[in-house]
Amino acid sequence: MKVKGKAFKYSDNVDTDLIIPARYLNTSDPEELAGHCMEDIDPTFVKEHNPKDIIVAGKNFGCGSSREHAPIAIKAAGISCVIAWTFARIFYRNAINIGLPILECEEASKKIEYGSVIEVDFETNDIFDLTKNQKYSAQPFPEFIQKIIKAEGLINYIRESMVKTEIK
Amino acid sequence: MGMTMTQKILAAGAGLESVKSGQLIQSDCDVMLGNDITTPIAIKEFEKIGRDHVFDKSKIVIVPDHFTPNKDIKSAEQCRMIREFVRTKGIKNYFEVGEMGIEHVLLPEKGLVVPGEIVIGADSHTCTYGALGAFSTGIGSTDLAAGMATGKCWFKVPGAIKFVIDGRPSNFIMGKDVILHIIGLIGVDGSVNKAMEFCGEGLAFLSMDDRFTIANMAVEAGAKNGIFPVDEKTLTYVEAHSTKKYRIFEPDGDAEYDKHFRIDMSVLRPTVALPHSPGNAQPIDAIEDINIHQVVIGSCTNGRMEDMRMAARILKRKRVAKGVRVIIIPATQGIYLKALEEGLIETFIKAGAVVSTPTCGPCLGGHMGVLAKGERAVSTTNRNFVGRMGHRESEIYLASPAVAAASAITGRITNPEEMTN
Repeated sequence: MKVKGKAFKYSDNVDTDLIIPARYLNTSDPEELAGHCMEDIDPTFVKEHNPKDIIVAGKNFGCGSSREHAPIAIKAAGISCVIAWTFARIFYRNAINIGLPILECEEASKKIEYGSVIEVDFETNDIFDLTKNQKYSAQPFPEFIQKIIKAEGLINYIRESMVKTEIK
Repeated sequence: MGMTMTQKILAAGAGLESVKSGQLIQSDCDVMLGNDITTPIAIKEFEKIGRDHVFDKSKIVIVPDHFTPNKDIKSAEQCRMIREFVRTKGIKNYFEVGEMGIEHVLLPEKGLVVPGEIVIGADSHTCTYGALGAFSTGIGSTDLAAGMATGKCWFKVPGAIKFVIDGRPSNFIMGKDVILHIIGLIGVDGSVNKAMEFCGEGLAFLSMDDRFTIANMAVEAGAKNGIFPVDEKTLTYVEAHSTKKYRIFEPDGDAEYDKHFRIDMSVLRPTVALPHSPGNAQPIDAIEDINIHQVVIGSCTNGRMEDMRMAARILKRKRVAKGVRVIIIPATQGIYLKALEEGLIETFIKAGAVVSTPTCGPCLGGHMGVLAKGERAVSTTNRNFVGRMGHRESEIYLASPAVAAASAITGRITNPEEMTN
């Protein structure tokens, strides 16, 4: 599968309070959370982004709290992929678990600029910077993680493996 | 090659002879925790799995502590949903307002976590229980849902950084100074995906409350967990609070660590993390005059008994500075009551502070002390991110209860060593 969109570029250590401030955690409604996505780091994000756009960030994206509201807000905002140099541990789990596509790629994180048009091929983990006409290769996922991604999240993965166990 | 303490606990949990760094494992969990923010999503995901019962009613702990007593209708609805789930699934460890406390202070106090256990919690500060020699880490709501259904969780086995703690700390140095100093040293991504394993002769000078504070903030360096060896202090604590069976793990002599650091507590200064990162740690002597509007003493980091005692020792027979709001939040009902019996609450009120029922409240800008634009707080909490305590143009300075109490009196960030009683 391929996705294409405009890059919204952020720096290192974007924490979950920046992705979705705690003052909005009195709800878990994805649409409502999406309406405040990135509010404290980029107040124009909600108005300016289009479905399928891509977030590109530096190191340790999603550090801080365990709130799954952060990847939920990004996913519900229609973002098709988050590319970072590295992800914070819990954000990484949460994104994989809820089926938000993420990729780790140092080169893409460094070279992609705000507003560039980016295409991502999830079959090959290749990232194409169509504005700069460059290709970057993201880290492949371990096999177990690939299974969760393929099932579009942990819950589906567990349901599928429960069915398999029952058949056996 | 030997295993670290964390690896040994994980190997036992996964039923494996040995594990190594980077290995993906599936492990049984002894305790799984949720709060009023993260449990509602976990419930929705649990229901999608299609099981009508949880794997073990006694291993799930739910503590509504963030926006409780409920601050608005939406947060009340979230708690109502949790209550319904707890009732229909027969979950044993649910703590309602009146018996609750801030989760990471409450669980050890209630004896729900003991050494050698594997604990997952849908709250990043679940790493606190590493102070007890348990493997304990934050996960997300979907992980919690999967855990409640299957009793298991997947982990990538972490490598570790070893921190050898030496030296006797001076009078006003607390666990908070130790961990702020360490995060300043290694950075907020200094331990990403790794365990922080603490050891050394200096541990003899760190109380259980200090250790809880230190393990609590391991996540602020990006760590998967922080962990302390089990010693006499740990066992005294565990035996006073729990009847659960515990298991003591020790790292192998030839365990491999990615990095080593030595921390000499005898030269440690009261330490403050400047906005907007816990990694911006500075010794107090390097900080110029900074006027403040609010002081918060509490949270899963510093709302324990020793924190209350330290604050009271400094505030005794003093008045807080005019124009400074001082909010003190004992972390559990038990601590609140003890502080009352010891006369600390009277000290706080006479000094001009307010005392609140247990809640995470202001730590995450929820309620009970939200900051306006341009306001500045000294807080004993764990994060000073942009907008964490309120307006995105407010500022948080993280410090120990000693620094916070001293600052409350002067109205500017103050070294507790300058206060005389």
